Amino acid sequence: MPASKSIAELTCPTPLPAKDTVLLGHGSGGKLSAALVRDIFLPALHNPVLARLDDQAIVNVGGQRLAFTTDSFVVQPLFFPGGDIGSLAVHGTVNDLAMGGATPLFLSAAFIIEEGFPISQLRQIATSMNRAAAAARVEVVTGDTKVVEKGKGDGVFITTTGIGLVPDGLILSADQARAGDKVILSGTIGDHGIAILAQRAGLEFETTIESDSAALHTLVAQMLSASREIRCMRDPTRGGLSSALNELAQQSGVGIEVDESSIPVREEVRGACELLGLDPLYVANEGKLVAIVAPGVAADILRAMRSHPLASDARIIGTVKKENAGLVTMRTPLGTTRIVDMLGGDQLPRIC
Amino acid sequence: MKYLDEYRNARIARALAAEIVQRSTRPWVLMEICGGQTHTIMRYGLDELLTGAVELVHGPGCPVCVTPLETIDRALALASRPDVILVSYGDMLRVPGSKSDLFRAKAEGGDVRIAYSPTEAVKIARANPDRQVVFLAIGFETTAPANAMAAWQAKNEGLRNLSLLVSHVLVPPAIRALMVSKTNRVQGFIAPGHVCTVMGCREYEDLVRDFRVPIVIGGFEPVDVLEAILMLVKQLEAKAARLENQYARSVNYAGNLAAQQIMLEVFEVADQKWRGIGSIPQSGLRLRAEYAAYDAGKLFELEDVSVDEPAECISALILQGLRKPTDCAAFAMRCTPENPLGAPMVSSEGACAAYYHYRRNLVAP
Repeated sequence: MPASKSIAELTCPTPLPAKDTVLLGHGSGGKLSAALVRDIFLPALHNPVLARLDDQAIVNVGGQRLAFTTDSFVVQPLFFPGGDIGSLAVHGTVNDLAMGGATPLFLSAAFIIEEGFPISQLRQIATSMNRAAAAARVEVVTGDTKVVEKGKGDGVFITTTGIGLVPDGLILSADQARAGDKVILSGTIGDHGIAILAQRAGLEFETTIESDSAALHTLVAQMLSASREIRCMRDPTRGGLSSALNELAQQSGVGIEVDESSIPVREEVRGACELLGLDPLYVANEGKLVAIVAPGVAADILRAMRSHPLASDARIIGTVKKENAGLVTMRTPLGTTRIVDMLGGDQLPRIC
Repeated sequence: MKYLDEYRNARIARALAAEIVQRSTRPWVLMEICGGQTHTIMRYGLDELLTGAVELVHGPGCPVCVTPLETIDRALALASRPDVILVSYGDMLRVPGSKSDLFRAKAEGGDVRIAYSPTEAVKIARANPDRQVVFLAIGFETTAPANAMAAWQAKNEGLRNLSLLVSHVLVPPAIRALMVSKTNRVQGFIAPGHVCTVMGCREYEDLVRDFRVPIVIGGFEPVDVLEAILMLVKQLEAKAARLENQYARSVNYAGNLAAQQIMLEVFEVADQKWRGIGSIPQSGLRLRAEYAAYDAGKLFELEDVSVDEPAECISALILQGLRKPTDCAAFAMRCTPENPLGAPMVSSEGACAAYYHYRRNLVAP
């Protein structure tokens, strides 16, 4: 391979020329975000748990396997059809724990609030968090508030951290996918991202699409009760289904081939994407998961998923292959094959 | 979606592809002009279905790609001024100029805003009377009428703080330049359906007559592109050269007269530089003298700069169909969408970027 490839693989945090500022695209969940983690944070903070780059860290504490994760929420608008920043902050962190097979237990919540923010809206957000936490059977047991000067924030930013317990012997990690495994998606893609975009000022169209924001841990529990031969799971949030699949392909060193016509997309989401020039594969979700499972148990797990209200549209969308390691490829309806690339960066508004 | 799903129907598409293969007695070299069509071909793997029957050459019809480096550099200079709000179509923001791009200019504090329509720039100008609003007016005949409308509205309302940085290109002069080139291999063209929706068919009749080359105006879905290719192959096999309209659900003979009128009112035809190709006579649009007060180039006394492209980039050969993106030594190695060396890699509609996104696994490492 040429020199450029080997430079990309180095982990020395030497600043690269002409890349001296953080761009909005560094927060997109695509290649630029991955580069920030790879070039800045991994070398500076390196340890074996972090290096696994899963949605959650799993550490041993007093003989228990503790799942531990954190997530910041900067969504605009703060209130959107199907949820708000409060419920999203609960669901996002619960889901990051659930993707490691953990039962979520406790959350923390830190608020960075901009001077001048209406108290009534803050109360609305807190109430919504409480409702989401109660429904997910977790408690927000600690927190923090900071206020910044007007113009130094954007209404409110929330960071939630969560802990949960992972059953003995269960190992769900992005490097576990093997050739022959099946890829299962829990439902329609793109609902959250389009619900947010439709609300944004400047995009003058109206839709009835609601965010799919939801806590997925009961779905995961139902899947695990059908079989423990789940290799890995991701909730395809920022960067969409494409980024989640690309991460799994890269970390497991396998190819993933998906069938385009098997991926469910709502008619309204498809229409909005057509209008805005977006591909639903790159649009964010907040209540969906993609799982890679052993081939022999795929049918059982699929049946278990479909009996859960959050995954009635679940289906097998693809297969793990030896070929094209590190890449996601797609069979088109015409019988041809193409790559599904990871997003470079994006120019879309913040969505989570 | 009605009027869309029919044109993505896999059974119809496969039948069309089979007929193209069956009818072709030799491998015809055809060019799709528009980047949107290139994208469809690569996304659905249409070329894979036509191997041996038709060689598709990807034309210069990605407006973002062919916008000269100099225009980007001028936009960057404007974006760095504290008194300026630079408004642009979103996909221009990541296009690199010679030193930086608009995303970076925005990160460094420039007021750069994304608009889906130039009329948003007019609204921004109304709302910010103490700032200068500059709209980066790029594109083919498809975006020119709306861009012209923004200038017309500003003049009509007496808005003194809106101007346009114009870099408009025209399709027919580019086809003409390709046809007169000594190295031309293209035997038939798929003309861009959206451009013809605005401009109508007449200009393409002139090209058919002058060069005895078949042209079919085509749409953008896989069935559209395949049907247009079949129409070209039928003509070529019959040694005919006519203008035909595959995209009749959108294109009529005269085009959109109101759009043409506003374009003519605001713009005039001028020589234009194309990134990756060079200067083509009478192939662009500039603001008329009556609109000089709305010309950002004049208003801000922007210097005429000239910038050289990286020597390794073979975009001129690719845009003429003399090489494929995968033939380039830099492809997917030193030249990627994140660090493009030249025009066809800069926007997702460019030929090299389409190969990179959809096919780079076919390049031997």
